[in-house]
Formats: sequence, C-alpha cells, structure tokens
Amino acid sequence: MPIRYVLQRLGLFVAVVWAAATLNFFLPRISGQDPVREKLMQQAASSGYVHTGINEMVEEYQRQFGLDQPLWRQYLTYLENVARFDFGYSIANYPRTVVSILADSLPWTIGLLLITTILAFAIGTLAGALLAWPRSPRFLQYLFPPLLTLSAIPFFLLGLVLIYIFAFQLRLLPLFGGYTPGRFPELSLSFALDVGKHAVLPALSILLASLGFWALGMRGMMVTVEGEDYMTFAEAAGFKDRTLFFSYALRNALLPQTTALGLSLGQLLSGALLVEVIFSFPGIGSVLYNAIRQFDYFLIQGIVFTIVLGVTFATLILDLIYPLLDPRITYERG
Amino acid sequence: MLRYLRRNRQLLAGLTLIALLLVFAGVGRLVWDTAQGAPLSGPPNRPPSWEHPLGTDRQGRDLLAVMIEATPLTLYIGLLAGSLGVAIGTALALVAAYKGGRVDAIMRGVVDVGLTIPPLLLLILLAVSLNTGLTVSQMALVVASLAWLFPARTIRAQALSIKERAYVQVARLSGASGAKIIFLEIMPNLLPYLAATFVGAVSAAILASIGLEILGLGVIEANTLGITLYWVNYYSALLHGMWWWFLPPVIIIILLFIGLFLISAGLDDLANPRRRRAV
Repeated sequence: MPIRYVLQRLGLFVAVVWAAATLNFFLPRISGQDPVREKLMQQAASSGYVHTGINEMVEEYQRQFGLDQPLWRQYLTYLENVARFDFGYSIANYPRTVVSILADSLPWTIGLLLITTILAFAIGTLAGALLAWPRSPRFLQYLFPPLLTLSAIPFFLLGLVLIYIFAFQLRLLPLFGGYTPGRFPELSLSFALDVGKHAVLPALSILLASLGFWALGMRGMMVTVEGEDYMTFAEAAGFKDRTLFFSYALRNALLPQTTALGLSLGQLLSGALLVEVIFSFPGIGSVLYNAIRQFDYFLIQGIVFTIVLGVTFATLILDLIYPLLDPRITYERG
Repeated sequence: MLRYLRRNRQLLAGLTLIALLLVFAGVGRLVWDTAQGAPLSGPPNRPPSWEHPLGTDRQGRDLLAVMIEATPLTLYIGLLAGSLGVAIGTALALVAAYKGGRVDAIMRGVVDVGLTIPPLLLLILLAVSLNTGLTVSQMALVVASLAWLFPARTIRAQALSIKERAYVQVARLSGASGAKIIFLEIMPNLLPYLAATFVGAVSAAILASIGLEILGLGVIEANTLGITLYWVNYYSALLHGMWWWFLPPVIIIILLFIGLFLISAGLDDLANPRRRRAV
C-alpha cells in the first residue's frame, strides 16, 4: 500500500474529527444565546423544589467551558476534553455522565446496524450480480422492480408499515423496545431470544429498504464487466460458468460496491437512528430523541461527536481495505 | 418532448406521480376547508366518516385538511433547500473546476470533509443551536446549508471532463473570458446532469427535513408530513391502532419519493443515452 495514500486517508480522518469537534463547539455560539444555561434556569424554575445537583451542574458548566476565559482558550479546553472522551454530564439525567449513557446505548445501535448492513450488502450485491448474469434463473427478474421501489422508501416509513402489519394486526412480533419491559439485561439464551424477537422488525425495515440500492449498483457494474475483453477471453477458454461468475465477473464488479459502502455509511446510520426512534429501540437514536425532547445539550453534542467519530473511523478502515481488494490501485503512485 | 416522454416511461411515471400529488393538494384546497387542519377544530380520535373522510387526530385536527396543507408544504421545503443547494453547489463546482489549482484543492477538501459527516447529525446540531421558533422557510435554509455539498462534488467531476473537450479549448484560444466559458460553453452541456442532481437534492432535502421533524426539531405548529409523523410517534398512534392517522402521510411520502426517484432515473437516461437499461 503506498504510504502517500495511507497518509492522505489518515489526514482526512483527522480533518473530519477536528471539523466535527469544532462545529460542536462553535455552532451553539453562533445563535448568540446560551441554550444550556437557559435550560438549566428553566429546569430550576419549573421543578419548584430545589433540584439536587443544579448548583454543581452550573459550576461544572462554568468550569468546563471556563466562561470567563477568552474564546480561543475555551476552544482549546474543549478540544482537550473531547480528546479524552469527556463530554461532561447529562443535564436531564444528572449525575450520569454522557459517556456512561453512550456506553449503554451504543452496543444496541452497532449490533443492529452491523448485522443489517452486512446482510443487506451481501444479499443485495449477490442479487444484483445474478440479475445482470445472462444465465441466471428468469424468476429473479421479477424481484427487481419491487426491490427498487422499496429502496426509494425511507427506512423508518417502512418500519411504521411493518409495525402496523406484523406487530399490531398479526401480533406476531413485539410492538416496540429492545427487550420485554421489566426484564433485566443478562447473558442468557432466553434473553438473547427476547432481544432477537424485538430486533426482527427494525432490522427488516433497514434490510428491505437497502437491498435494492446494493442490487442496483451491482447490476450496473456487472453489465460493464461483462462487456470487457477478458470476459470474452475467459468464456472462449472454456471456464465453467461458476468460475466465470465468481472469479471473473463478481470479483471485478465488487470493488466499486465497497467504495459505495464507505460513502453511504453516514446515510445508513442516519436512517437507522430514525428507525430506532420509531421502534423505541434502546440504541443511540432513541437516546438522541429523548435528549432533544429534554434539551439535554451535552448529551446531544456527545452523541453527534461519537457518531461522526464512528462513521469516519469505519470509512477510514474501508478506505484502507479497498486497495487490498483492488491490486490496480497499489500501482497508481507507488 | 411528448414523444420523448412516451419512450422514457420512468420519467413519465415519475412526473405523473408528482403531478397527482399536486392536483390532490390544489383541488383539495378548493373543495375542502383547510382551516380544519388546526388543533381543536373537531372531535379528537375519530375514525374516517363523512364529516372527516380521513378521520381526526388526538388534538382534533381534520386529517384530510392536514394532508392537503402538508403535501405542498413539504414539497416546498424540499424545492427551496434543493434549489439553493444545487445553485450554490454548481457555482462553487464550476469555479473550482475552471480555476483548478489551490481553489480546487480547498473546495475538494471542504467537500470531502463535509460529506464524511452524516448530514442529519450536523442538521440536528444546527437546529438545536438555533432553537428559536423557526419558520418553515428558515428550516428549509437550515437544510440547504448542507445540501450544496453533494451537487458540488458531482458537478465538479462532470465539469472537469467537459473542460477538456475541444470546443472549450477553441473558445479559450479565441479569447473568451472565464465567465463566458463557464456560462456559455460548460453550463449548457451540464444541464441534463444539473436536472438529475436537482431532483436528487430535492429528495435528499425532503428526507432530511422529515428526519428533523420526526426528532422534534421541525416547526411544531406547521402542518407538514414530517410533523404529522412526529405527532403519530408522540401520541403512539400505532399502539392505538389509529391507522387513518399514520397511513395517509406514509402513503403520500412514499409516492413522493418513488415519483422523485423515477424522475431522477428517467433524467439519468436523458443525460447518458448510451447507458441504456439492460433489463
């Protein structure tokens, strides 16, 4: 792998993370008001009794942002805190820290997104490849229009429809949540099954809506690859159909798909967040929804930064894997 | 034009879908009293009846009136944010592609960084920070603030390839000014791409605005499709089986996205006639 390429990707990674932290710091300030203080005051005024911890919170807030210090000092302090993963306290759930809330909800989101993305990518890509392959069964062609239609629908809308049909009308699956209310998360088979049952519909709404996207891209690439000279050569050389399909066509058409995966991660994630809201799935999307409702500013900032970090890191990994998959890239500037 | 539409069935189907939605909103406004879209204008939680063909929601809005108001309003947010995004993105892309060098490098850096960050999250941050009763148009501006990134990238790539064509070289050698080359030579050849990019940007802007609205960052008192879904979620309409409440916005949004998707696929065909469909 050329060192120049790696450095370039690393540079982009650092730039994005820095940009996210900077926007996190400056955006609240451009509006000219102080949403955090407003929220604290409002909470203190509305709760009637002396809210435990409100003084500490204001103090913490003053200390953390050092409001009496010049802006550039505040900015540097903020960057330093972010680098240490210190996002402060949650306003609505004091004295819980933002990081501890994130640690609880992140596994749910990562699990949901990882499984659905891998499944959708694998199934969609294979379906797209078969659709463009002249010797694949005919019935596949009828699958394409519905898949394509589904891919134009946002995940969460599909989720709403799925809940209504399968959970409300047919009562086959639970309506909402990540596990049966009242159960305590534990490491046991029955709990895992319970979680699985709750995850079917959220996963299905992401899966169904993204299959068509991968199938469409793959079909286009396969058509291009099939027109290449080496395909004609391989065919004339008398390779088996299976070898032609997997080693010649699929392998070469797969590379742009991987780039597309990197580019669409952010989109996938945004979609998954809304699916979580619709299903009250206990992941980071639901936490974000509640944080917005309660105006928990530190929590919102922490979530935004963590997600950007995660997506950017995943993109970096994919970017670094890409040249390994495609030997042609290695020689670009060697 | 009509003959072309007959051949390009995707474009025709997409345009028909969007036209149907507009006709629904236009005719609806004439024959139905949209003032009933306000809260407390009818009894709450009623299933469809002659008086309220789509029923009413928990706060007593007549849902037919809400849908008649919401369909064009949501489209308006998408059109405003999408056209601003494409206009700004195209201007920046053309300048960057034409000037090259440092200008281009800076533009590319900003776009690369911007596109890596999931747009919904930045919009959430922006909307939370502003937090003062936004109007619907201001909300469209918030969405537009990121809508230029993707057009800037795709249009730049197209402009770069057009820039190297012989007729641009000829224009440059015959002493045409930079602006003249950009607007008279490069721009007209970009039009089909611009149209496709525009439709894509409108659809992305609508998706982003609905996302913000579901999270509770929309204009709460406005009747848009996304705000209706926010109330659906807020009052758990699903758990109460109030299908008349959530099905209309879901169906309209689905038709909207499929219509826009078909138009953009059709325009793609127009832009690359060589890339004929295999199936």
